[in-house]
Amino acid sequence: MALDSSQQAFVAFDRVQKSYDGEILVVKDLNLQIAKGEFVTMLGPSGSGKTTCLMMLAGFETATHGDILLDGKPINNIPPHKRGIGMVFQNYALFPHMTVGENLSFPLEVRNIGKSEREKMVMDALDMVQMGEFAGRRPAQLSGGQQQRIALARALVFRPELVLMDEPLGALDKQLREHMQFEIKHLHEKLGVTVVYVTHDQSEALTMSDRVAVFDDGRIQQLAPPDDLYERPENAFVAQFIGENNTLNATVTAINGDTVDVDIDGGMKGTALKVNCDGVGSRTTLSLRPERVRLDHSGVNRTEGKVLELIYLGDHIRCRMAVSGHDDFIVKVPNAGGDHKHLVVGETTQISWEAVDCRALDA
Amino acid sequence: MSKLPPYATTGQRIWHYSFLVICGLIFFFLIFPIIVIVPLSFNAQPYFTFTPEMLALDPAGFSTEHYQKFFNDADWQRALWNSISIAPMATFLAVSLGTLAAVGLSQSHVPFRGTIMALLISPMIVPLIISATGMYFFYSQIGIQGTYWGVVLAHTVLGIPFVIITVTATLVGFDHSLTRAAANMGAGPVRTFFKIQMPLILPGVISGGLFAFITSFDEVVVTKFVGSASQTTLPWRMFTGLREQISPTILAVATILVGISIALLTVLELLRRRSERLRGITPS
Repeated sequence: MALDSSQQAFVAFDRVQKSYDGEILVVKDLNLQIAKGEFVTMLGPSGSGKTTCLMMLAGFETATHGDILLDGKPINNIPPHKRGIGMVFQNYALFPHMTVGENLSFPLEVRNIGKSEREKMVMDALDMVQMGEFAGRRPAQLSGGQQQRIALARALVFRPELVLMDEPLGALDKQLREHMQFEIKHLHEKLGVTVVYVTHDQSEALTMSDRVAVFDDGRIQQLAPPDDLYERPENAFVAQFIGENNTLNATVTAINGDTVDVDIDGGMKGTALKVNCDGVGSRTTLSLRPERVRLDHSGVNRTEGKVLELIYLGDHIRCRMAVSGHDDFIVKVPNAGGDHKHLVVGETTQISWEAVDCRALDA
Repeated sequence: MSKLPPYATTGQRIWHYSFLVICGLIFFFLIFPIIVIVPLSFNAQPYFTFTPEMLALDPAGFSTEHYQKFFNDADWQRALWNSISIAPMATFLAVSLGTLAAVGLSQSHVPFRGTIMALLISPMIVPLIISATGMYFFYSQIGIQGTYWGVVLAHTVLGIPFVIITVTATLVGFDHSLTRAAANMGAGPVRTFFKIQMPLILPGVISGGLFAFITSFDEVVVTKFVGSASQTTLPWRMFTGLREQISPTILAVATILVGISIALLTVLELLRRRSERLRGITPS
């Protein structure tokens, strides 16, 4: 569902900057286009500027520079209560003095919707999150997961076209969180609303999103669909942040079209995919996913690894090795093949990988 | 009363019992002077002392004469009426202004918050006689000295600090994402204030209002400076009465005031608890 040029962006950040103190930029030159009906996640470590971006979109923070456009119109000068954007807050922000039904009714009363119509919309929204029987309860009488559903229903009840979610699942336990991820995803598919979702949990981002914007240091490091992000990271930060990753420091020695020859620190020579590295002689970071390493010499890059640690994880065995002077080199060995049987801590074993699986990124 | 743990040493035991004695003394000194006026106000004689008949619990020693005097005397009734017309108005103004000030001062972007807060609370700290003198000269200049509104305004100023302090304390626990949520759902600032913020800080507003009311109802010094004879309030009338004729009517009035205060405190405390429970602040 990525945006093509003929389509007008529903939400657009155009060279947006934000500074709280006039000196340090929390958001540096943000450009982002989101299509109608898209589910975009802003993913990043804390302090990366992702929540600030969401707050600027909601209207609770103002952009220091640049424009934010909603449906083609700049919204910088529109107060939050006139933007018509739904939002799910991190702590749910349910009104404690109102019942669940009154909470959901509030945005409809504000819009002067008639009583009977209002009641119908509230019940529809509650049924949507399977909370129909809870209309008369107060938020304090609900569990965390139930409060979360009510917050979701309240953000959707007035049928906004854009819904923002600020780490809405952060306070739930793992199982409930995974369950809610699917529910939110299905609601999004069913209602066709545009969702901008903020999280620091990468599995959440990968599970739910059409596209993920990885934030770091106030910039989008990469904006791509989940599979691209994992398989084709464009820089060392994204490779390291998304999924497990082996990092090898190296120097470029030759460039051959799509691939580069590298001298890996510690003495090994190898070939890697040219992605984001400079010319001959420059430093580069090689990124290699642990499951792409083989325990034989069938790949192009061949070397030996000394087994330091074996961790049994059920479906796979995680093996930490010393490879070419890097002693945090991880190999994931599937449990099915029986390959792990010959791995013994303290012994060396053959390992290899293909050039296409090893990406030469910025140093 | 807490029990001593079995491992308490002799020193701890001694301290424990002396602590109880000290607490008892504190309560005695606080309450006894108030309690003692109640039987005295039923004195059949026009004196401030216990007569031998009263001490013997002889019914002839007691009467409601002083109460009848209070309800039939035009001076006392005017004073009562003045108090009743001044205190609620001053309370209303103090609660409105104090709540707004507390809400404003709770926002982090307001400059000089500390200074403004200190200024607004200063009537509580500055000696009353100083405030009263200042108000007298100032109100005379602008022509409201000796008027109903002058006294109301002076009492408002004295009541505001109580409202600010109690409301600010309630706002500390207020989750500001609630106002954001309301704005996000389309509610303007005024609707957000009355529908979301106000109900949640209501217990603090009620407590502040109670203090403001009592302040206005009990105040003598400022009232004497700012008011004129036609604004004689109950405490003022009592004060004059004490100086001019020592009549047990004052004791009857005092007993009535104590009764009113206790009733008011009880009712408002119950209201406050009820609203706290209703607002779901304390999960049941």
